Amino acid sequence: MYVYDDFDRTLVAERVREFRDQVGRRLSGELTEEEFKPLRLMNGVYLQLHAYMLRIAIPYGTLSSHQLRTLAHVARRYDRNYGHFTTRQNIQFNWIKLEELPDAMADLARAGLHGMQTSGNCVRNITTDQWAGVAPDEIEDARIWAELLRQHLTLHPEFSFLPRKFKIALTASAHDRAAVKVHDIGLRMHRNGAGETGFEVMVGGGLGRTPFIAKTIKPFLPKRDLLSYVEAIIRIYNQYGRRDNIYKARIKILVHELGAEKFAAEVEQEWQSIKDGALALDPAVVADIASRFRYPDYEELADSPPELIKARNENKHFRRWLDNSVANHKVAGHAIVTLSLKPEGEPPGDATAAQMDVIADLADRYSFGEIRVGHEQNLVLPHVAQRDLPALWRALDEIGVATPNVSLISDIIACPGLDYCSLANARSIPVAEEITRRFKDLDLAHNLGRLHINISGCINACGHHHVGHIGILGVEKNGEEFYQVTIGGRAGEDAELGKILGPAVPYGEIADVVEDIAAAYLELRERPDELFIDTVSRVGVDPFKERVYATR
Amino acid sequence: MTSPLQQKLKITGPVVVTANRLGDGAVIYRASEGKWSTDLASAAVVTTAPAALELLNAAIADRLGAVDPYVAPVEVTPDERVLPGNLRERIRSSGPTVALPGERAI
Repeated sequence: MYVYDDFDRTLVAERVREFRDQVGRRLSGELTEEEFKPLRLMNGVYLQLHAYMLRIAIPYGTLSSHQLRTLAHVARRYDRNYGHFTTRQNIQFNWIKLEELPDAMADLARAGLHGMQTSGNCVRNITTDQWAGVAPDEIEDARIWAELLRQHLTLHPEFSFLPRKFKIALTASAHDRAAVKVHDIGLRMHRNGAGETGFEVMVGGGLGRTPFIAKTIKPFLPKRDLLSYVEAIIRIYNQYGRRDNIYKARIKILVHELGAEKFAAEVEQEWQSIKDGALALDPAVVADIASRFRYPDYEELADSPPELIKARNENKHFRRWLDNSVANHKVAGHAIVTLSLKPEGEPPGDATAAQMDVIADLADRYSFGEIRVGHEQNLVLPHVAQRDLPALWRALDEIGVATPNVSLISDIIACPGLDYCSLANARSIPVAEEITRRFKDLDLAHNLGRLHINISGCINACGHHHVGHIGILGVEKNGEEFYQVTIGGRAGEDAELGKILGPAVPYGEIADVVEDIAAAYLELRERPDELFIDTVSRVGVDPFKERVYATR
Repeated sequence: MTSPLQQKLKITGPVVVTANRLGDGAVIYRASEGKWSTDLASAAVVTTAPAALELLNAAIADRLGAVDPYVAPVEVTPDERVLPGNLRERIRSSGPTVALPGERAI
């Protein structure tokens, strides 16, 4: 866990006092809505269809059990007993009252939680691999670098009014679990030929109305230069990014229109003027930040203890969960456990207050009090002793977060859609719920293998539909909901945008279409271990298109 | 952007003025005599652009009662019940179309 100091606590507490005053002035009429709206957005407060929504940052997806209990408390005291984990390592409460928001924020602040930089045209919550610090394949704990960026960019005066919002993601593992290539800046830690550690810097990724995969503008950036180079990128964007057209204001449009080479040259020129100044990272500063990430005092344990082997051999349900939801840990005898927030027929990414409380207790008992939040809208217990897995599984199963469907067809990423969001054109959640019902047979889901479905209720693409193996985009036609389907998208290190399958289909048919695509895949794959995405790469879109539209 | 006060409204059927209540964000409808109601059945229904504009302007002037008022279509049934005119308004009026997770026991 990262340990906050007095500076962090003071900053968050001061923000709560400031916001309490602003809410009071809005409620008294001293501030108009036009004056108040940018102030509330700076604290993650939106107005949705039915109520205010509060978005809270979970920096690099790390939560303590105390923080999770605080989120449960806020859900219970100020909302309707649940929260929604988003694709950007945030949590949203959908029914908050403006009158009670300052009290809710004060409760959150006492646990080091806040809504700063979860909205507005600033650098948003910086995200990373939910397995950071425990993944066997990582070079370093990416959160150290995310925290350095967070501290530098939080309330950065020069970057508080950018042309548009700005999202940064980091990964330090060979396998990218943070979707860095679809961010404004994507940072991939790697080693160069000399064995030194640094970052590949990618810019201009993003989804929405005009999707782009990020382009590499710096194949290797020494770690000491991380802050200065990121500063240079955002300065160039701040200077040249469009402010006259909201749809062309993201950095991806600037990089596309200027060209990656020209953009890189501009950044390089700016960077040269600042790289050896105050932003050059002193190793002592990095060491200080790193020292505030406290790692558990792991027991010395062997892999595959007898109690685990016994449970695996005796219980097929446990075995299936173990094979699906449990991953190798960098420390022997331990495991990384993913908690599926995608049970059959339920909204993806939602957790009730009661579930959050139990998960916090289980984190204390089995995971050194730590929980992670992934962009796939699931939770993770990152430090579980393998001998404890059978008992943990039973406890997770009791509260409905042990569905062994991680990375399978029912592990759907979905935005809130028209059921909550004032921007949406169509619903996402009931579509996701229906698809999970169609694929509730776990034998079928496991036979289909790794298959990511992403659903967005509008072109803003909060559900990342462009990079879903199957992407579903809700559109509105003459007052009716229709859904456009893409296939072949990917979000990882080999990120790719999906290709449109054909004409959009009505609400009542979208789950049938997914079933048709799944059936086509089972017929088209060369062998059982050829993944859906690899079959699409091999055969293209047409065989799927023929199957889906043959009878439509 | 054109101010709502200067907007030319195109009205093709019955409409109401709706907004969110300032204090809690609840969906509200402009009723008669300058009041707001959370019940669509109490909303003032108008069918002409001048009447809708008058209703909207009065709603906008109430800066403490409501946030972001706008004109929304409704359907009036033969027995004079007022129903939301599209899916978005149906969801605003009745809430999410899915069961809320917080309502289930674990």
